[in-house]
Amino acid sequence: MTYLLAHPARVAALAATHVELVVIALVVAALFAFPLGVLAARRPRVSPWLLGTLGAIYTVPSLALLAVVVQWVGLGFLPIFIALVVYAQFMLARGVAAGIGGVDAAQVDAARGLGMSSSQVLWGVEVRQALPVMLGGVRIATVASIAIATLGGYVGGVGLGVLIFNGLTLHQPAMIVAGSIAASLLAIAADGALRLVERAATI
Amino acid sequence: MTPASISFEGASVRYSGASRNAIENITLECEGGELVVLLGPSGCGKSTLLRTVNRLVPLDAGRVLLDGTDVTQLDAVELRRQIGYVIQAIGLFTHMTVAQNIAVVPRLLGWDGATSAARVDELLQLVGLDPTAYRDRSPNRLSGGEAQRIGVARAIAAKPRALLMDEPFGAVDSLVRTSLQRELIRIVRELRTTTLFVTHDVEEAFRLADRIVVMRLGRIEQTGTPEELLAKPATTYVRELVHAADEVYERYYLASRERLRGSPP
Repeated sequence: MTYLLAHPARVAALAATHVELVVIALVVAALFAFPLGVLAARRPRVSPWLLGTLGAIYTVPSLALLAVVVQWVGLGFLPIFIALVVYAQFMLARGVAAGIGGVDAAQVDAARGLGMSSSQVLWGVEVRQALPVMLGGVRIATVASIAIATLGGYVGGVGLGVLIFNGLTLHQPAMIVAGSIAASLLAIAADGALRLVERAATI
Repeated sequence: MTPASISFEGASVRYSGASRNAIENITLECEGGELVVLLGPSGCGKSTLLRTVNRLVPLDAGRVLLDGTDVTQLDAVELRRQIGYVIQAIGLFTHMTVAQNIAVVPRLLGWDGATSAARVDELLQLVGLDPTAYRDRSPNRLSGGEAQRIGVARAIAAKPRALLMDEPFGAVDSLVRTSLQRELIRIVRELRTTTLFVTHDVEEAFRLADRIVVMRLGRIEQTGTPEELLAKPATTYVRELVHAADEVYERYYLASRERLRGSPP
């Protein structure tokens, strides 16, 4: 706690880059995960393969995945960003697939029968109905990403992981604790905030 | 809009993996303003036939004509906006209010807010619900009968050329069903909308139909007015289904029909 109290500006600056990293990674991840999740919900035969593959990737230890990505793109912002995007696929796509797949079939039938176009059915009915479940996936992915993003301190000098890994190198437990506590607080805050959003979206 | 005629010409549908056609070479004419009931057991193809009209089910052979125009010549989405659609599961959008549900098709057609809102109130009154009490309610807070009244209001909101109803009153209890049937008769008479109505309930068919189409195994067994079916059943199946030549049933069905419809206008 001493480091945290002595250098609030430094911790805050690193926390800001941490948040930035996680948010950008999740937005980009969602651009892939959303269509993949919709595909899984639409094609029951493809679904187990798709989610199975994403699930297999998800089980690769993050440090190992990161090591592979570093071999490929070098150090910096990019490897941790790519790792987060890849990791989040399973959690996000599973949420989208469960959400869209769970929408009341009668509402979808009615929407089509009344003359909504496919995109109006998707955005106006299916996504809206699936929103609470999809946001559950976003929440889990966010919390996990905040934790995994600490590895960014190891491979790229970004985020709160910088404190943790510098603390390890410099034998400064206070720095490690500061980085860990700040990351945990971020995760708890994100979880709480997203729970509120989820509740607001519940029908 | 003027009520449209609906014609099926040799319409056939086969679902992938099925051993026989869901509907087989169906030819049928429904005049503008007519209420035609498709009657038969589950699996007889009546819902499939209904859903070919708004192209929710594509035909494998034959044609469906709406006022003489092959429906495949029309844009499917535009076509559906001109045809009301009511289903047994109702399918009210639970993330919308009652008013928003009713206004779905008007909004899709680009009606302005004030016109839609006025239409919503008019329709709530038409289906016997107080606009002030129901307008802003969530569909989750409606009884089954109320929900289906909203379902009917939603289907006819934009004055469709035809109305498709797939076992619309199958999930409500018989008392509520009777009052819904009575109101449907009144509404259809008022709107003069060509209506295709699917049911497996013989009494319901007799009460509502201008004409009944009896279906079995994807084919039409007989088409006729309720009186014709009772007087001259074309097949054993029809005779047994409607209990033709059984005076008790005949009197019961015709009395039930008359009671519900009141004296003809």
